[in-house]
Amino acid sequence: MTDQQQLDLRKDAVEAGTTTGLASPSVDVTKERQNSLWSDAWGDLRRNPFFWIGAVLGLAFLLMALVPQVFARGADPRSCDLGNSRALPSAQHWFGFDTQGCDYLANVVYGARNSLIIGVIAVLVILLLGVVVGALAGYYGGLTDGILARIADIFYALPLILGALVLLRVGPSTDIPVINSRGPGAVAIALALFGWMTAMRLVRSQVIAVKGSDYVAAARAMGASSRRILVRHILPNAVAPVLVYATITIGVIIAAEATLTYLGVGLQRPAISWGLQIEAGQDSIRTAPHLVLFPSLILTMTVMAFVMMGDALRDALDPRQRA
Amino acid sequence: MGRYVARRLLLTIPVLLGASFLIFAMVYALPGDPIRALGGDRPISPAVVAELRERFHLNDPLYVQYWEYLKGLFSGDLGTDFRGRPVLDTIERTLPVTIKLALVAIVFEAVIGLVAGVLAGIRRNSFFDNLVLVSTTLVVSIPILVLAFFAQLLFGLKLGWFPIAGTNEGLYSYLLPGLVLASGSLAYVARLTRTSLAENLRADYVRTARAKGLPNRTVIVRHTLRNSLIPVVTYIGADIGTLLGGAIVTETVFNLPGIGREVFNSIRSQEGAVVVGIVTLMVFFFIFFNLVVDVLYAVLDPRIRYD
Repeated sequence: MTDQQQLDLRKDAVEAGTTTGLASPSVDVTKERQNSLWSDAWGDLRRNPFFWIGAVLGLAFLLMALVPQVFARGADPRSCDLGNSRALPSAQHWFGFDTQGCDYLANVVYGARNSLIIGVIAVLVILLLGVVVGALAGYYGGLTDGILARIADIFYALPLILGALVLLRVGPSTDIPVINSRGPGAVAIALALFGWMTAMRLVRSQVIAVKGSDYVAAARAMGASSRRILVRHILPNAVAPVLVYATITIGVIIAAEATLTYLGVGLQRPAISWGLQIEAGQDSIRTAPHLVLFPSLILTMTVMAFVMMGDALRDALDPRQRA
Repeated sequence: MGRYVARRLLLTIPVLLGASFLIFAMVYALPGDPIRALGGDRPISPAVVAELRERFHLNDPLYVQYWEYLKGLFSGDLGTDFRGRPVLDTIERTLPVTIKLALVAIVFEAVIGLVAGVLAGIRRNSFFDNLVLVSTTLVVSIPILVLAFFAQLLFGLKLGWFPIAGTNEGLYSYLLPGLVLASGSLAYVARLTRTSLAENLRADYVRTARAKGLPNRTVIVRHTLRNSLIPVVTYIGADIGTLLGGAIVTETVFNLPGIGREVFNSIRSQEGAVVVGIVTLMVFFFIFFNLVVDVLYAVLDPRIRYD
């Protein structure tokens, strides 16, 4: 039980005590020094070089997505001159030019925004689905759990890329909003729809693990509602593993988006995306290898940022798994 | 044990049906009219269109179509594509390629992953240990798409060691795509072995073995490794199913005519019957190998009992 939960429990106890007319404490017991798990974890993270490499790469990616013009060195990704077609990198234009003669550095940098949008939206939807479905299945158990777990199994058996591929291929001809848009939203939702199961299983197993513990029984005895027990006492246990999972998953989703876009079902031109750049560059891989090289490199570094931060977080939050 | 297996087998039925129905329902909404696409530039007479729509049950509601499909499935008939070729033939033609690819990948995964993991686990915090940590982080981070391109570029074009596409050189042409496909799992196996071994080396029974005066080699190989490999073996087993379904990108980039490339091409060309057939097969593999692994787990680890 984390300190936060102890505090919550005490708060419930205090409230219960107050309403039954028992002694009301003179100090607010809920205001106390916070949480040693997280400060321990931070102490651990601070000394982990992998975390810092990941954090710096992640910050660079975030800035690239938010203020691409700073990184593009003043070049506009859409102002192109065919005379420069496939020109190699130079001191003036670090990443050279693409086939249409557009500054490639600017194009690669502007590609970060779509990756970030899709990564964040998809992971938020995954967390929403995972936490809600997982908490319901774990808390209520029985038939509810049986049905929800089977549904998760069904989705789990379909490979992420395959499911999203079919949905995005079909999407544009349906009237389902967002899914038929061919935009970042459609890609994010498709990936989330076939990627929520691990989050659900994490939450479900945590809920089952602590559902029977004494402090949950104590909270229930003091009249806390199911919702309060779930939200304040049970779910906080799942925060650590879910946070680790979410961090790594942003990287996985960004890689999956590039793959889907490369395969032709993700983002469509004129959107700027690393997947589209790799796809366009592969034809001239012998004469202008930089067209595949640079977007691949930045894509890999972005994914690496989230993998490294996630790994470091896991080591910090779960000493037993510490490698 | 027998009851456990029977129960698990029963539970796979709704999952298998659900997954195939999910794909079926999505494919059912595929855009465009495949019958018209069949004719290309030449218009097809309405009578022929009507006849074809009738034959492929395109006018019936979704559940009727799925029921027709299931009836065929249980009599060994996966239907035909829109050119009249049986889906079963397509699978028979493409599946061996994917099986070979997955086997090559599993061998890479087991051999390289295990050796790297054991060496790193024995000497914690050594140079080699750190090398394994850094390189596995790197490998896990490289998207398979990028890895495939750079493997082609470096080993195929620059060095000329491996063919970059197709299956003309027999098993040799599977080595490079196999390694690319295995990369992520390989890194995971290395880490899993390392952590598991390092954890077991701290166990009491290892101290006892050392106290008895057993040589270090025997302690590690006979006592520690045997216990440490249980999670690794089960992971590799479950991975067979994942690899059989995860070869879409690898097969497409390396132009290997396996089920992954076939299902991708079928999704693009709206060959619904092929998509549903192959995906159902992939799901079956996935579920089957996971079941095998769960049973294997109880066999390998006597502490686990299912009944």
